[in-house]
Amino acid sequence: MNITEKILAKASNKSVVRPGEIVDANVDMVMVHDLTGPLAIEAFKRIGVNRVWDKQKIVIILDHQVPAESVKAAELHKMLRAFAREQKIRIYDVGRGGICHQVMPEKGHVLPGTVILGADSHTCTYGAFGAFATGIGSTEAAAVFATGKIWLKVPEAIKINVTGQFQKYVAPKDLILHIIGLLSVDGATYKSVEFAGPTIRAMSIAGRMTLCNMTVEMGAKNGIIEPDETTRKFLEGRVSKPLPPFEPLKSDADAEYEKVVDIDVSDLTPQVACPPSVDNVKPASEMSNVQVDQAFIGSCTNGRIEDLRVAAEILKGRKIKEGVRTLVIPASQEVYLQALHEGLIEIFTEAGAMVCGSTCGPCLGGHIGLLAAGETCVSTSNRNFIGRMGSTEAKVYLASPATVAASAITGRITDPRELEGNKA
Amino acid sequence: MKVTGKAVKFENNIDTDVILPGKYLVLTDPRELAKHAMEGLDPAFPEKAKTGVIVIGGRNFGCGSSREQAPLALKYAGVRCVLAESFARIFFRNAINIGLPISECKGIASNVEDGDELVVDLEAGIVENLTKKRSLQVTKLPPFILEILADGGLIENLRRRLKTK
Ligand code: SF4
Repeated sequence: MNITEKILAKASNKSVVRPGEIVDANVDMVMVHDLTGPLAIEAFKRIGVNRVWDKQKIVIILDHQVPAESVKAAELHKMLRAFAREQKIRIYDVGRGGICHQVMPEKGHVLPGTVILGADSHTCTYGAFGAFATGIGSTEAAAVFATGKIWLKVPEAIKINVTGQFQKYVAPKDLILHIIGLLSVDGATYKSVEFAGPTIRAMSIAGRMTLCNMTVEMGAKNGIIEPDETTRKFLEGRVSKPLPPFEPLKSDADAEYEKVVDIDVSDLTPQVACPPSVDNVKPASEMSNVQVDQAFIGSCTNGRIEDLRVAAEILKGRKIKEGVRTLVIPASQEVYLQALHEGLIEIFTEAGAMVCGSTCGPCLGGHIGLLAAGETCVSTSNRNFIGRMGSTEAKVYLASPATVAASAITGRITDPRELEGNKA
Repeated sequence: MKVTGKAVKFENNIDTDVILPGKYLVLTDPRELAKHAMEGLDPAFPEKAKTGVIVIGGRNFGCGSSREQAPLALKYAGVRCVLAESFARIFFRNAINIGLPISECKGIASNVEDGDELVVDLEAGIVENLTKKRSLQVTKLPPFILEILADGGLIENLRRRLKTK
């Protein structure tokens, strides 16, 4: 069996599971946020049970519209707080957490080998730690609140073997955009995507999270990476329980995959996903005629300290082009504080960027930094659908933090390697 | 479970941001959500759907975010069933969970045009196109999913099951 099958077998008390089989799995953790939580709570109340199945296994995170951007949002936040208080559930309120997918592992809610559900499609991010994690809707979250169980179809798996060393300013984001370009936006629908190979072993947790985060953009049920020393180092001191042994969390040598894709990143260049589809991927160097009005560095895909460091390295001592508004949003309070200690906030501010508090922000067009008709944004987030960041007549290009920072300086989409050695 | 209605057809990769744009996610009344159903593609959709329609999609219908408000908006706008070549998995589960009949149907995109009169029988796994006088096979859903749909959604199903326990 592969690692996903092993986790699902264990969660459903079976020794073996096969792709296509429907299992009734025990859930280890479920998360809802401020846009999916209220519906989940309403649904939960309709079920007719008084208490949630396990208050330790539910987390509520306010991140999409924080601080409250309207009275309506404030009312929803209030309702979430009341439910958390009543049920004694952990809630990460404004200023205490940040973007849900960053907060979950940071605060120790993600353990390798567990089944984690989130009422958010990018829940697949936690596969970076060797967990089975997938997104569900609010009603389903309510059912899990009541029962602690979920039916799941064991997915077919695609293995992506990655070798080679990234060139300077080429990042895991470029790799995942390249992969989505290859496989297409429905190339992994219902499937598990497992990343393996020496490049993955050498990759930071931040990079692994970026990869797993975007597997849903090709329709995947989950993305996953076997846990190792890097995983251990990140989680130790964050989780309250002892880490499980990693040995059983490895895919067997004879594990079956529907498809194996081999990728060598040695020649990979900075990539851009052009609107309106995430698989419309082109080399950044070919898009240099695209003028940008807004640059956004943040989101659960690329708002981590490693991402901010690269962006700051490029922005340091330079000025953002007049006419480009640049938003930098650290993915969590922890990342924000670290960026502050390292002097990155100062670099961004001096370059002419606006640094905002941890929130999803412009990523989903519900809050700050929306786009007007005819405007273009280059963004480190994960979706460039029509209307995603505001007007249905605005355009969103997805790229790595290095590419977005370089584009902010020139005012057009820019391969960051173009700026090497010509500090203004 | 038989559903009838006129077809309203969409293309491949219809994402949840066009089915229900993110800015409406603060709305909690499904009837309010319904007013914005498909706004990203066709603002006239709620008007068309009023009389009860069947939405036909291509590949990967409902891709993108986990927002349950997307199938909810469709349901309350008057959509009685969604058939597509394939679905994004969270949308598919959400539709079932809120009691919106849904299933895959290979060949549906090339065998149905906008406005065709359809009859869908999910138990039998058949869709009849009355206008074109042909029928197609619909992927049969497992009995427990048909049960959730018959109950009107997961919550109603759970209420019933927890009571009979
Ligand atoms: S940052 Fe964007 S993609 Fe990530 S959880 Fe927030 S809205 Fe969703």
